[in-house]
Amino acid sequence: MAITEEKLGEVLGVYPEKVLVNRRRHIVLKEPDTETAQQIEANTRTLPGIITNRGCAFAGCKGVVVGPIKDMVHIVHGPVGCAFYTWGTRRNKAKAGDDGKNYVNYCFTTDMQESDVVFGGEKKLAKLIDEAVAIFHPNAISIAATCPVGLIGDDIGAVARAAEERHGIQVLAFQCEGYKGVSQSAGHHIANNMLMDKVIGNSDVETCDEPYAVNLLGEYNIGGDGWEIARILKDIGYHVVCVMTGDGSYEDMKLAHTADLNLVQCHRSINYIAEMLEIKYGTPWLKVNFIGIKSTCDSLRAMAAYFGNKDLMQKTEEIIARELARIQPVIDQYRKVCEGKTAFCFVGGSRGHHYQGLFSEIGIETVLAGYEFAHRDDYEGRLVIPTIKKDADSKNIPDLHVEADPKRFRIKIAPERLAKLKEKFPFNEYKGLIVDMKEGTIVVDDLNHFETEEFIKILHPDIVSSGIKDKYVIQKMGIPSKQLHSYDYSGPYSGFNGAVIFARDISMSFASPTWNYIVPPWKNQPFLNATINGGDQ
Amino acid sequence: MLEYTPKEMIKRDSGGMINPAKTCQPVGAMYAALGIHSCLPHSHGSQGCCSFHRMHLTRHFRDPIMASTSSFTEGASVFGGGANLKTSIKNVFAIYNPDVIAIHTTCLSETIGDDIPTAIRQSEIPEGKVVFHANTPSYQGSHITGFSNMTNAMVTYFSETKLADGKKEKFVNIIPGFVNPADMREIKRLTEEMGIKYIMFPDTSGVVDSPMTGKFEMYPSGGTTIPELKKTGDAKFTISLGRFASQMAAESLEKKCKIPFVSLKEPIGIKATDEFLMALRGAFATEIPESLECERGQLVDVMTDTHFHFHGKKVAIFGDPDVVTAMTEFCLSLGMLPVHVLTGTPGGALGSGLGGFEQEVKAMLNEAGVCGNVKAAGDLFTLHQWIKNEPVDLLIGNTYGKYIARAEDIPFVRFGFPILDRAIHPYMPVTGYRGALRLIEQISDALLDRCDRDAADEDFELVM
Repeated sequence: MAITEEKLGEVLGVYPEKVLVNRRRHIVLKEPDTETAQQIEANTRTLPGIITNRGCAFAGCKGVVVGPIKDMVHIVHGPVGCAFYTWGTRRNKAKAGDDGKNYVNYCFTTDMQESDVVFGGEKKLAKLIDEAVAIFHPNAISIAATCPVGLIGDDIGAVARAAEERHGIQVLAFQCEGYKGVSQSAGHHIANNMLMDKVIGNSDVETCDEPYAVNLLGEYNIGGDGWEIARILKDIGYHVVCVMTGDGSYEDMKLAHTADLNLVQCHRSINYIAEMLEIKYGTPWLKVNFIGIKSTCDSLRAMAAYFGNKDLMQKTEEIIARELARIQPVIDQYRKVCEGKTAFCFVGGSRGHHYQGLFSEIGIETVLAGYEFAHRDDYEGRLVIPTIKKDADSKNIPDLHVEADPKRFRIKIAPERLAKLKEKFPFNEYKGLIVDMKEGTIVVDDLNHFETEEFIKILHPDIVSSGIKDKYVIQKMGIPSKQLHSYDYSGPYSGFNGAVIFARDISMSFASPTWNYIVPPWKNQPFLNATINGGDQ
Repeated sequence: MLEYTPKEMIKRDSGGMINPAKTCQPVGAMYAALGIHSCLPHSHGSQGCCSFHRMHLTRHFRDPIMASTSSFTEGASVFGGGANLKTSIKNVFAIYNPDVIAIHTTCLSETIGDDIPTAIRQSEIPEGKVVFHANTPSYQGSHITGFSNMTNAMVTYFSETKLADGKKEKFVNIIPGFVNPADMREIKRLTEEMGIKYIMFPDTSGVVDSPMTGKFEMYPSGGTTIPELKKTGDAKFTISLGRFASQMAAESLEKKCKIPFVSLKEPIGIKATDEFLMALRGAFATEIPESLECERGQLVDVMTDTHFHFHGKKVAIFGDPDVVTAMTEFCLSLGMLPVHVLTGTPGGALGSGLGGFEQEVKAMLNEAGVCGNVKAAGDLFTLHQWIKNEPVDLLIGNTYGKYIARAEDIPFVRFGFPILDRAIHPYMPVTGYRGALRLIEQISDALLDRCDRDAADEDFELVM
């Protein structure tokens, strides 16, 4: 059953007027396929009181982008909570590199007290940096500001500069106070802009000696996703210069300017950096998607086409054939369990789109999709970027402007050849989620608790993929819920091996016998058929 | 694992934390508020706070944790969050329809000094609905302080004296502290076994351990009701369990409604459970029933039968002060040696003039002749260093201890909040005699599994 405009009106009718007007603009009922996407409102404030899944700028900056960088010590400047909640909770796995440095299991906070709020916390921060350097010897340090830091006006930039002078390592100060912007997305910007400005290219190394050098951008190695992607790329013959930022290192990131091609996995969190890298160094970017079998194959073929080497192309086809022969029979088994089912796919700011292909490869159709913190271009495609009006909230996030680096900019592919490739592959391009949705499906931005419950009641999906905060709401309704932020502690779900694990996990959530016990047996048995008082008759 | 933690005790004077053993007030306030029936906790601050707290509580309980947020933006941070709060109250009642909204503040709204009572007064609150609040600045105390502040607000907002002439009704108020719903159930069961009427607040049983029925209930059947909270002002007396989480509310109730209270340890282990029952017995002149005496006898039987599993073993205990104090006492009663005891929560509970955690634990250790490290407001980096300098046979604490347990290869019993990597614990009490049995099982199993793992083939025994 599809949702009609009338039905939608009934659901949203509960809302107070202002909420109704606001929320209606965040919902699109997909009309018959056209070339241009329908318009949706996104990246605007969640109204106060709405039970949203969104987090804050700090969560996006320290929690998502900066936190996974393994050879840095990340100091959270603020009261204890923000550091505590971003300590080991996002499954961005990491292994130490050659220098043995990996601090992801540590959590550092200035643990601001009332006196620090009153008199300022700069001295405490400086001292903690000194301690961290003395004990841990990190390659660099980050400072992430929490809400009160911005309010009391601690100059974390000055503290960072002084510490850099004392210790001779980079100290990056991120002003990612939680109240900035409207969601995690603001924090991604603050984090990535700083990495672009201060880290990438901060090296004497001019070129990469390895052939087929790529950066993997917007991959956070949740459950080991990045490692599965790296396995495939390495088998084919690629060299990954750096990953931003899952299992990423500060030392590798400094070399990102030497890559021949940038791969963008999560469009939302990093597309602007890919653009800047092209302006500054001339490196084109390709929108990849290593979630799902077809998407993975498409991405690999586009990469091979870019480098245009026959051996590389042949190797790509060999690896694809080898992997497909290995995994397809297994996937087909799981598909039998999943075939014909429907899903909601509401995750972050790219996965809501990425996972639909993988769902459909195991026979599941996505009937509702959306993002927690995306912008309009993630829904409608990059064409709309110039038309997106900046509101007060997005103006608070400083833009970074880059120019061609006079020494390092070089054309990496003939413009005519790139233009030709663009006809077939998404180089510097992303068409967004909406054009891929089927007629009659529904796209919801910043889906909230009330709407989740209502849309489930109407559409009866067989599975809902979302996050931890609504997982048990959904399961209480007797519907399997798959966390697509943490993968329910499974994974990887990327690449070929990930597709098998995903198919196994999803079919397990349908096949689990536990669902059969929700209704007690006596509820379906008429009471009168039972023997009364143990009587003889 | 944690290979950058050196054995050498380095002087650290920054006041910062490395691997904290506490978190911030609002998450404790949110948990306490869930212990009111049909209540939606509301986080007055940035969206991230609410999201983080719901995430952590959901992972601990594996049950829906519903809460709303004022969704601060930069504008609200500059001009004040009053408008956001009023809009929130309006929207929450219209859309989610709770009976009660429990507002807690955050470091953001505290730093800008939002006046919550005024905002509440200026809000449209539907007939029969209630909004109340607690100030929970994240830069003071810990999540236990936040729990305490929200519990205290239940008294200051709702408790009232209905009976005239200082008359009291024959029931007891029980403030259970920051424990799992199963512990609250167990404490209620013990009280019922004694034949004593009670009001427990907050009471999260039936809220964060709700059954699977195929239907989502936004407000499950559990939780203390507002009429019950009001009635707490007519009780004969109050038992505060765990002074850091509960005593402030008991003191307020004494001040506001002249109800005497007794402040006890969290009833974890045999001694603390004995004291709880004795307090009830004394106040209501009721004999302790045979059923409970039998439970106690079973516990002592097991303690004796298994004492050689754990006697003389060195143990490190960390977590929240109320449960750590009680656990330390229990370990001592088992003949174990708690050589490292640490909590992240600072010394005394705010506003209640309580003595230090360190003092209390040290006194227990001294009495037992155990020499140990004790620290309030410590972090897990410190605990790890202690363990490197004086190794232990067992580590007891919340999930975050697993890194130390792995680094040092120590058997580990999960206990306290939060436990994010194991299930079932919210359903299994650690309080009362039955809870003590379960703790012994966990401790013994952890130690014996290690014996089995490490035994040479010829020493691998069938019977232990």
